[in-house]
Amino acid sequence: MTPPNDTEASPTVSITINGAAVEANPGELLIDAAERHGVYIPRFCYHPRMNPVGMCRMCLVDVDTGRGPGLQPSCMISVSEGMTVDTESERTQRAQEGILELLLVNHPLDCPVCDKGGECPLQDQTVAYGPGESRFVEEKRHYEKPIPISDLVYLDRERCILCDRCTRFASEVAGDPLIHFIDRGNETQVNTFPDEPFSSYFSGNTVQICPVGALTAEPYRFKARPWDLAENESTAVVDSTGARVVLQSSRDELVRVLGVDSDAVNWSWLSDKERFTYEANRSEDRLTDPLVRSESGEFATARWSDAAAFAAEAFAVEPDRIGVIGGARLPVEGQFMWSSLLTGLGVNDVDPQIGDGLDLDLVRSLPRATIADAAAPGGVVVLLCGDLKEELPTLYLRLRHAAVEDGAALIELSARATGLARYAKAKLHPLPGSIDDVAGALAAGTLNEAVGGVDPADLAKVAELLGSGRPVTVVVGRTNLAEDAGLITRAAAALHELVPTAKFLPALRRGNINGAIETGLARGRSTTEILRDAAAGEIETLVLLGADPLADHPDRALVSSAFDMVENLVAVDTFKTASSARADVILPAATFGEVDGSFVNLERRISPLRAKVTAPGQGRADWMIAAELAVALDQDIDVASLDDVRAQLSAAVPAFADVDWNNMDRGGDGPLLGSSGATGPSLAEIAAATSVAVPAVDGYGLRLVVDRKLWDLGTMVQQSPSLAHLAADATLSLAPADFDALGVDQGSTVTLSGPGGETAELNVSASRDLPRGVAHIPFRASGFDVGTFLSASTAVVDVRVNAG
Amino acid sequence: MTLGGVEIERAAGFVANDTPRIVTSRFGVDDSHTLVGYLATGGYEGIRAALKKRPDEVHSQITEATVLGRGGAGFPAGVKWGFMPKDVWPRYLVVNGDESEPGTYKDRLLMELDPHQLIEGCLIASYAVGLSQCFLYVRGEMAVAQERIATALNEAYEAGYVGRNILGTDFSLDIVLHWGAGAYVVGEETALIESLEGNRGMPRLKPPYFPAAIGLYGKPTIVNNVETLANLPWIATNGAEAYRAIGTESSPGTRMVAVSGHVKRPGVYEIINGTTTFRQLLFDDEYCGGMREGRTLKAFVPGGGSAPWFLPDQLDLPFEASQVGPAGSMLGSGAIMVMDDTTDIPKAAHSLTRFYAHESCGKCVPCREGGTWLERILGRIVDGHGTTRDLEMLIEVGETICPGDFPHAASERLGLEAQRFPYQMTTICFVGPSAFAPAHSALTLFPEEFRDRVREVSDDDPVATGVGAVPVELKGVGAQ
Repeated sequence: MTPPNDTEASPTVSITINGAAVEANPGELLIDAAERHGVYIPRFCYHPRMNPVGMCRMCLVDVDTGRGPGLQPSCMISVSEGMTVDTESERTQRAQEGILELLLVNHPLDCPVCDKGGECPLQDQTVAYGPGESRFVEEKRHYEKPIPISDLVYLDRERCILCDRCTRFASEVAGDPLIHFIDRGNETQVNTFPDEPFSSYFSGNTVQICPVGALTAEPYRFKARPWDLAENESTAVVDSTGARVVLQSSRDELVRVLGVDSDAVNWSWLSDKERFTYEANRSEDRLTDPLVRSESGEFATARWSDAAAFAAEAFAVEPDRIGVIGGARLPVEGQFMWSSLLTGLGVNDVDPQIGDGLDLDLVRSLPRATIADAAAPGGVVVLLCGDLKEELPTLYLRLRHAAVEDGAALIELSARATGLARYAKAKLHPLPGSIDDVAGALAAGTLNEAVGGVDPADLAKVAELLGSGRPVTVVVGRTNLAEDAGLITRAAAALHELVPTAKFLPALRRGNINGAIETGLARGRSTTEILRDAAAGEIETLVLLGADPLADHPDRALVSSAFDMVENLVAVDTFKTASSARADVILPAATFGEVDGSFVNLERRISPLRAKVTAPGQGRADWMIAAELAVALDQDIDVASLDDVRAQLSAAVPAFADVDWNNMDRGGDGPLLGSSGATGPSLAEIAAATSVAVPAVDGYGLRLVVDRKLWDLGTMVQQSPSLAHLAADATLSLAPADFDALGVDQGSTVTLSGPGGETAELNVSASRDLPRGVAHIPFRASGFDVGTFLSASTAVVDVRVNAG
Repeated sequence: MTLGGVEIERAAGFVANDTPRIVTSRFGVDDSHTLVGYLATGGYEGIRAALKKRPDEVHSQITEATVLGRGGAGFPAGVKWGFMPKDVWPRYLVVNGDESEPGTYKDRLLMELDPHQLIEGCLIASYAVGLSQCFLYVRGEMAVAQERIATALNEAYEAGYVGRNILGTDFSLDIVLHWGAGAYVVGEETALIESLEGNRGMPRLKPPYFPAAIGLYGKPTIVNNVETLANLPWIATNGAEAYRAIGTESSPGTRMVAVSGHVKRPGVYEIINGTTTFRQLLFDDEYCGGMREGRTLKAFVPGGGSAPWFLPDQLDLPFEASQVGPAGSMLGSGAIMVMDDTTDIPKAAHSLTRFYAHESCGKCVPCREGGTWLERILGRIVDGHGTTRDLEMLIEVGETICPGDFPHAASERLGLEAQRFPYQMTTICFVGPSAFAPAHSALTLFPEEFRDRVREVSDDDPVATGVGAVPVELKGVGAQ
């Protein structure tokens, strides 16, 4: 809730709380004003990030607005001038005792076996404000003990106090109204609709905000007691949003991740991916020792010094015959050390993207927006990106809130309708290959003719919104992995030309990708170029920094031939992946929750990563691995501690010059990085240098649209036992008209033929999210690897679909 | 006449009388529910008269007439309309036909026997405040009323009384019918709006959700009771002065009351507002004709099931809010429930409390949990398992719903002074307090009937509340 900011009235409202005169903000809820001034009013249903409902009545306090004191719910009334409040009056105390006794009437006292016991608001507030004992001797309400309402969440309706938090979250915040009150009065219960599980990407938030133990999450159930937990505040690394989290551990094992209320970033919410992939940390498949391939071709464990010496040999080639792929997993300090190491070796080709991102010159030249800019009330947001609900779910929540509550106008300019489509004011879904033409038409003002299959009326609507003078933010990312990234570069430049004041938020998905860009771990040839050169025999040594191009790069054939050709393959990783399994040496890295470090999110906001548990086996921090290699390569890198690395980084990279490393997040959110000071080509120059040859549409074929799902075959998801089975199926989707033309039933199997004659059999379904003329398949989905159909050398991919 | 396809002599529950008839004038007239019948008896004259005036003049006329809201709160309709912010459109009229207060059935008869009068009332109200969209919400269980209203509305559309350019003027109005799904709380205006929007019928908190400012779909909305609107055609035809000539200064006109219970002739009566007394209503031959043969009055509920009870001591009070409130009860929805000397008081209280506990929407904790708890305590007292501690707990649990003094009537027999309205409450709406009201009245006014039913326990008794206790021998009146 953003309190109304009434600038014309007096700046503050004078009220009296428990005899003390305090100043409150106009429009502020009494419960918030009191808390800001140190008076905590107990509550269950009120949550500062959701609309108040006044359901639990726990926050009743004595309020006098001139008509005599009386009990009022402080979560529902705004402060008014001269209001007198008594939160400790006898009447208030009796009301609090009464409400708590009533709440406990039907609440089972199974605290000793309840996961919430020890951190339970109902328990705590009963101790603080409740009656000593209950007079209720009747039988309590009974329901079947916990029922699964989704794959991840269990609901115990006996413990539920019906505060409406989870249900409000589902409908108001997540936009997935799949849980609801059913029945009435004393029989009221929370439940799902029949045969409709609570399958929301955000379901874990309901567990976090449940004020009792009614909602529990599968990964944490019965794993620990709150008083045994130790915790540390950190930043989520599964995507580039950089949501703030608390890591909680018991017996040196991560057992839970909770969202932290960061005003700038995640408002306390997390996606289930950010919340639950900590499970992968303790996967049995984690690499614990350095692995060196022996003469026989088998991996053998090695000592660090031996492995480092072995790896160092791979660097003993001409620097321009070395290519480095990856680095977005690493903390900023590890990225900087690797960058320094490579600089020392004269290696100038490193790309943290895996062929599925954007032109990094483009990213560097964009005037950068913050999340708050994008989600500002009344703004216009162009979604020139993939499905944020799938790729950057926490950002999705912020933009959804902006559209639903704060009057922001969303414009979709993407290959298909995304999770934000139903909140969008305008939707443009051009045929793959023409997204730059559509943006170009907007920039040129040629709105009268259809372009890329987009209706001129829709174009005009978008032009009107963009020309309305409202602040414009463009979220820019890959809307289609089967399409050349140059098209997005050109489209972004066109939008910048049309609205020169527009700011951009790069929706690069991969964790610390922005840290890599800022620390210089992104330069020279791109991943695709490195792979091409490797396939051509021009790269001898390939280094994989937490990268799995065999699975992640869209062009499967290209990666395979590159891997076949290179002499040396060195991997730094946490798992043996498809790619690292082919390396000559794997150096085990410590990761999220195991090392201290820093993270730069998509706004260029730096925030700390903090260690909570020790890494398994001999896994080491990435900066140490780089230092170890530096020693083995006789490089002059003088670091003995993380502080040394940071001091060098501040001295070497202007953007980090002012970072107060030990107090990054003091007082809340981390700061935005300073100016990089670098001057590169302008956006227009970059666009002018980008040419993409798009073939004409083949009258028989369909153009492929490939994008990511939140639950996929990615390593982190697959190594998390609770999540692995959630991976989306590789279903082929067609627009209803194209589907009908095929003349088959929903879900039947069809044959997909690629441009190179490759074929695959897939289940097909109709989807209203797609425009005509395209075929959609999710990337890294279960059952079919669409990467085998993609090619880095064509602008678009045309396929054919045949029944049977 | 026929009702629901069955030939009957008279409308159920209706008894003719000689007092002025403003809203019940067509009761007993054949085919009063049809357009033909309505037009033959002066129908749609009110809207014709109103359309000759400016909307603000009609609004002033209604304000001047002082039509007290008949839903329960008794707030003057014209003043309520004035709370709508100026120049905010669209704005809506919502007709509250979700009459569910126990003992109340006057609106049902108005809708069954004179639906066109209600439609005409909607027209006048809509014209007066300048709106063109009206929603008519009829309780789900009222099948005949629904059928009659729907038929009447079709007739009215066809004849041009509703729709575009009504009677050749610029005034247009659409009326949408909506049937409830069976929840008492939806009679509360904000819960009704929630239900109309398609949500669970749960009340909204006032402030900020005063319907006049933030109502249906967040727009200014008038919510009026059926009987309130049914008064408008008469006023538009006969003028505010004629209306004010009936009744008293503060309670002009007539009002409908629904009497049920142990009188000779229970039914709906239109009485003169402000002057008619409860004694006249219950004992005059013109109305109920007294108690059943050989019985005496023990207590009565003066304003719907949620109103604190009155004793014979209060029979001479008139139907005047300014006198009934200080006497410890309210006129509410105009339902009078009469109990004679055969009544088992704890059982009667239990019956009413059970209703409100069952009808709690589940939103506010004190009502959801407290109401059911009250019902259970009363239940075991009635069953003979209660203790003296239970009697204290009835009041203590009730006080978590309504902290402080709860209103009750005076009793000469007990030497008890009246506790006046209003009361404090910890819930959003009145369903919670309503569950406590019957229990409180019964226990306060007839303590001996409870004491006779429960076992004496001392404070240090380990089983101070009597679940599982041996039933005591029942001695109370009506104990069978």
